[in-house]
Amino acid sequence: MIKGYLGVDVGSVSTNLVVIDDQNQLLVEQYLRTNGKPIQTVQEGLHAIGQDLPADVQIAGAATTGSARYLTSLIIGADIVKNEITAHAIASSALAEDVKTIIEIGGQDSKIIILREGVVTDFAMNTVCAAGTGSFLDQQASRLLISIEDFGSYALKAKNPVRIAGRCAVFAESDMVHKQQLGYNTEDIIAGLCEALVRNYMNNVGKGKEILAPVMFQGGVAANEGLVRAFNRYLGQEVIVPRHYGVMGAIGAAILARGASRKKGGTSFKGFNIQEIHFKTRSFECKGCSNACEVVQFYENSELLARWGDRCGKWELHVM
Amino acid sequence: MKISFPHMGYSYLALKWLVENMGHECIVPPEPSSHTLDLGVRHAPEFACIPFKILMGTYLEVAEKGAEVILTSGGMGPCRAGLYWVMHQYLLDELHTGVKVVAFEPPLCDLKDFFKKLRWVRRTGGLSVKEFVQVLRITWEKIKAIDEVEMLSHEIRPYETNRGETTRGLWQALEMLDAANNEAEIEDAMQEGLKLLRDVSQDRSRNPLKIGIIGEIYVVLEPAANHYIQIMLGEMGVQTDRSIYLTSYTRKNTIVNLEGDVFEIAKPYLGEAPIGGHGANSIGETILYARHGFDGVVQLAPFACIPEIVAKSIIPAVSKDYGIPVLTLFIDEQTGKAGVQTRLEAFVDLLEKRREVKAKRGIERLVI
Repeated sequence: MIKGYLGVDVGSVSTNLVVIDDQNQLLVEQYLRTNGKPIQTVQEGLHAIGQDLPADVQIAGAATTGSARYLTSLIIGADIVKNEITAHAIASSALAEDVKTIIEIGGQDSKIIILREGVVTDFAMNTVCAAGTGSFLDQQASRLLISIEDFGSYALKAKNPVRIAGRCAVFAESDMVHKQQLGYNTEDIIAGLCEALVRNYMNNVGKGKEILAPVMFQGGVAANEGLVRAFNRYLGQEVIVPRHYGVMGAIGAAILARGASRKKGGTSFKGFNIQEIHFKTRSFECKGCSNACEVVQFYENSELLARWGDRCGKWELHVM
Repeated sequence: MKISFPHMGYSYLALKWLVENMGHECIVPPEPSSHTLDLGVRHAPEFACIPFKILMGTYLEVAEKGAEVILTSGGMGPCRAGLYWVMHQYLLDELHTGVKVVAFEPPLCDLKDFFKKLRWVRRTGGLSVKEFVQVLRITWEKIKAIDEVEMLSHEIRPYETNRGETTRGLWQALEMLDAANNEAEIEDAMQEGLKLLRDVSQDRSRNPLKIGIIGEIYVVLEPAANHYIQIMLGEMGVQTDRSIYLTSYTRKNTIVNLEGDVFEIAKPYLGEAPIGGHGANSIGETILYARHGFDGVVQLAPFACIPEIVAKSIIPAVSKDYGIPVLTLFIDEQTGKAGVQTRLEAFVDLLEKRREVKAKRGIERLVI
């Protein structure tokens, strides 16, 4: 029997699930679109990854990360819940011990993580603007009728990248449209967009950070070769795109699951067959005081699993 | 007259007492909510910062409740907040609210204006100078007592064994202070409130991280504007100290006070350049927190706040020289706290790991 550790990363755009073994080898992975329905997507993903998993692997620990990490932990029975910044750092330093900088660009957010000797010493994450993240690229690709998978290769074919304003997604789009209308070709515009996004990233989240090699580039957007090339040019060095760039957060969670379940001496994982269970949330407004907190109740079938959202702690409940 | 003022943390309890005891009627400003934000965003210029928008919303809310006069502060120097009251007045006039904004400029800036406005508030309430001074004194005692119990709550919260007990204790203490009407009653209420907080069931074996909160005054002082960051961090097991309390300049036991002149401390990084607002403070305070052995600093900045942006770009140098990590959070219209929670959790992870590494190095040194 092989011990496997499950990591689930539920983000705004994608839901990623992985199972790794004791040597950090990836056994299976699943990538799904969250489509705004995290509960259903996790149930589906879990079922699918259970089907893929070799019969001799037994889940010995589970962890969740991503913006829906708390909700997901209730659904799957996680041993540890961790924020995605720490999860990404753990995955990268486990794969390459000497990594000093991590560039991570996902669906709605982008972050930079600075590590020294395997320890996170600084990080930053975009705050009020999502210009230059996956969602924006997605939107531009569909506007140009190019599939997102081919978007990067278009950029590579460019001879003279056009300068695009990259500070704000809305302005970037109108700048692109204006250049299109002047007759610039699509390749040069896409390459220009890639350069603009890199400029914006370095100026925004990368501002004031000491970027030392090796630099790892991960997150769903790392699939875009055009952006990889733009980063290489800007930084004057080759960034490393790890093989499993799209699921690094989930891998980090799985590594944490191993530690947590060992410490605990077991796992709370509920198993893969949870798609029959009916999970739902209900909320009400507390009338206890003038704060009028919105209290959320989470049910597994008819059983109340957890309650949160109150500021005073009066309603808070965890049946785990 | 029906008088109101901006909502800043728990200070409204003392200011309410002040207005009522000056012989006026007080329209208590409600805690900023999503409704406040809606109103503010609707009527404020798009590029104004979040304090402007929240205040705009608050002023419209109190105008609705019948406020005739709003007392607020002005300000001098390169931060545009000093002119906000003028803009607010224009907008309130445009919306035909009939509300008059009376702003107190710093006395050093225009002493005559300051006393003229003070006299006006006193006379319209019908108070003698002697009575007025007495009322101001009691108000000040009340503000001090409010700060005192709040400070203790942030010290105790990371030790609490039942989430929320400290916060509930704080609310109870504030209620008692609200009911106090003279110096003796305030003292009694404060002592009882402090005792209430000390009696919260605690696990004193914990060794909480210590984080200093710095940044622009409004978002630092108003929990509703900063996602209740001190409570959030406290419940994550972190002790917090914030750089600004209304009474901190008169205190000796706080980390940021008059004794350690923050401008002098910030000078090596700024020279003589006046960056306005609380920018210079943010730099000086980061140094002060590092010197006092804090594990980290969180800078709160309204989105597009120039002074804090300048401070932010200088802080990496300070952070490196003094070995103290700083996390900057830009605050705007978002009310979802998940994003803030994620960043704070990651920051706490980072600080904990640093402590571990430091402790390990310490042991290694001992062995050698």
